[in-house]
Amino acid sequence: MKREIISLQEVTFTYTEEDPSIRPAIQNVSYTINEGEWVAIVGHNGSGKSTLARLMNGLLFPQTGTVQIFGEPLNEHNLWDTRSKMGMVFQNPDNQFVGATVQDDVAFALENNGIPFEEMVERVQASLVKVKMSDFMNSEPHHLSGGQKQRVAIAGAIALQPRILLLDEATSMLDPQGRDEVLQTVRQLRVETDLTVISITHDLEEALLADRVVVMNRGEKYAEGTPKEIFERGQELIDLGLDLPFAMNMSRLLRAQGVPIVADHMSEEELVNDLWTSHFNK
Amino acid sequence: MLEKMIFGRYIPGDSFIHRLDARAKLIFVFLFIMVVFIANNWITYGILLLFTLLIIRLSKIRLYFLINGLKPVVFLIIFTFLLHLFFTREGPIIFDWKFITIYEEGLKQGIFISIRFTVLVVLTSILTLTTTPISITDALEILLNPLKKWRLPVHELALMMSISLRFIPTLMDETDKIMKAQMARGSDMTTGSMKERMNAIVPLLIPLFVSAFKRAEDLATAMEVRGYKGGEGRTRYRKLEWATRDTLIILCLVVLAAILVYFRQ
Amino acid sequence: MDISLQQVSYAYAKDTPFEKRALYDVDLLIPSGSYQAIIGHTGSGKSTVLQHLNALLKPTEGVIRIGSTEVVADKKNKKLREIRQKVGIVFQFPEHQLFDETVLKDIMFGPMNFGVPEEEARQRAIELVKLLGLPDEVMEKSPFDLSGGQMRRVAIAGVLAMNPEVLVLDEPTAGLDPRGRKEIMELFKRLHEEKGLTTVLVTHSMEDAARYADRIALMHNGKCVLQGIPQDIFSDEDRLMDYRLELPQSIKFQKKIEEMIGEKLPTLCLTEEVLAEELARLMKKEREI
Repeated sequence: MKREIISLQEVTFTYTEEDPSIRPAIQNVSYTINEGEWVAIVGHNGSGKSTLARLMNGLLFPQTGTVQIFGEPLNEHNLWDTRSKMGMVFQNPDNQFVGATVQDDVAFALENNGIPFEEMVERVQASLVKVKMSDFMNSEPHHLSGGQKQRVAIAGAIALQPRILLLDEATSMLDPQGRDEVLQTVRQLRVETDLTVISITHDLEEALLADRVVVMNRGEKYAEGTPKEIFERGQELIDLGLDLPFAMNMSRLLRAQGVPIVADHMSEEELVNDLWTSHFNK
Repeated sequence: MLEKMIFGRYIPGDSFIHRLDARAKLIFVFLFIMVVFIANNWITYGILLLFTLLIIRLSKIRLYFLINGLKPVVFLIIFTFLLHLFFTREGPIIFDWKFITIYEEGLKQGIFISIRFTVLVVLTSILTLTTTPISITDALEILLNPLKKWRLPVHELALMMSISLRFIPTLMDETDKIMKAQMARGSDMTTGSMKERMNAIVPLLIPLFVSAFKRAEDLATAMEVRGYKGGEGRTRYRKLEWATRDTLIILCLVVLAAILVYFRQ
Repeated sequence: MDISLQQVSYAYAKDTPFEKRALYDVDLLIPSGSYQAIIGHTGSGKSTVLQHLNALLKPTEGVIRIGSTEVVADKKNKKLREIRQKVGIVFQFPEHQLFDETVLKDIMFGPMNFGVPEEEARQRAIELVKLLGLPDEVMEKSPFDLSGGQMRRVAIAGVLAMNPEVLVLDEPTAGLDPRGRKEIMELFKRLHEEKGLTTVLVTHSMEDAARYADRIALMHNGKCVLQGIPQDIFSDEDRLMDYRLELPQSIKFQKKIEEMIGEKLPTLCLTEEVLAEELARLMKKEREI
């Protein structure tokens, strides 16, 4: 039985309340996220996806509609409590590193929440082990790579033992290696815990890892479904400024060359098998 | 240029001085500044020098580093030395040539002042070279804590200091990048008249400010999300621990002061 | 304008306790009119090489020839300005260099530094705003009021406005969404072809290197370890793995298929389009047999 952990109902938000001629950043968006799910919110730059992140942890409040977290509407009274149960990692690895060294940074949220010293030391250790950064306890941020800094940010978020981890374009400024490190870390965390993950991204591979995908376009929810359901829309997604998985692109290109491919395949294995059974293995 | 500065840098290590509590070191330097003024003759200044050499030895910092680090203040030391040399007119004349007259007292005072200056600079350098900036900040926060009664925002000041320290390398990198980007667009900050140079700085400063503000905003958001609401109800991850050696080093200073008082004129 | 690096070494903060070697004996030739990619993982020295290409850094040892000008260690070079005008660099996140009141003024900054008359600089800026697909109304706006993608384009226009012969690009698509990435890369391709530019692309993306470049140099630990045409660079997967790099996706897929059918395709397919064509041709042949 899946329990709802976050739900947005008909949420509208505008940064420019005084000027109704400007399109709201978020317009009438509803969706729910269940406990233990990995949901990717995708969209082109400016589609409103980062505003959604801010609405989900009370950095912003909607003008109309409600944001419910853990079954309660988010408001000023339960704000800090909510935030302590929701870890967040932002885009720029440098601008969220508060501590002077790795361990100080991981401890920051713990200090803020008044965790006793002995427990803090344990949790900092354990979190750094989970993101495989325990060898860098005393490193200063400018000696770390982008991927390492983001892993420290994840450690800082999970040290509070949150129920939700919110990644706001956490991989978009990283090199491919850094991105893989971060995604690998999140995957591993999901294996070890029942953490709910929400990743806001325009990276395709990140979206493919999710259980469910919400597609945003110009402030509105455009579609919602499993990665397969979403990517089957093909050309529509390209028109939204997004990309398709490699195998799907390949399927479409082959068909354009007159090769009768039965479906737009999501994975390379499926496509290879299709090619093998229907075209080579005669 | 900046790369050669050592004042304010930290050199990792595991010496006796490194392991001292940052509070002890701060108190030590503060008291030492006063103790230095007890000295007033050859013996007492000699003792001060010896004591400083002992501390250098204990800190295991290479003399080469310290001498390099002293370079920026050498000019100041020489200047005060000359000032005393030429303008103190007491005691017998030891050198007289045309308009230059040097008195014995002038030479003595010049040397004394130089020693005083040097030991102060060396000891404060050792403080920063052997203590991480974060511990200095922590120590300051704890030592200044009583001032909270007079509404001094001690916690906020300490946090501000530690964040500034944390962002210095980031901002240095940023400055370097923007400078290079503008140089690649033909901007020239190193030649031309004063006015031209001032104008060339604008394309560097504006992007720097814009980015610093952006960083500040991001950082504030990140801190808020991580539950930061000021010093109230916060626990501390960094624990400073006062050990016997810390009491010992302060006692050493008291003994030094006593010796100096005994030998002073 | 050829650019060549001969036995170039570079050390940051030389002769201090903090000295750090970044390049070791790099030899690299970038012929005039070529599209050169420089690949390698973070910290391999790519960015350091890039800053040598217009003498922002001077080698601690070795020689760099930029056209007819030589840049060597510890020598003042009077032709520095000429080099900087001819070799334009688009740095990573170039929008961080924007500063002027309006978009037009910012684009004009470069050319005017090189003595282009104001009216001509304005003309160039207006043309570039159009060329880069920015709407006309941005011209008089503050660059700080634009969206991230638009700011990136303005910054690129600011470099193009100097009319460089060589365009050096450092991860020009970092942080953009897929459409933005594609548009920018296609734009550089068009400029390369139409204006006959020499293009140098520093990138993490093997796909971009394979698709756009006609020559690739591979940096590893401050050394230039491989140089050649993309087909050669990507012919040996194990060798790439040693340098912590991967094959472009199309070639990876090609290998999978080759393994399955037990037959090699006639060429290494650098893009998905070429791979689709080659596969279609192969299947047609199979059917005819």
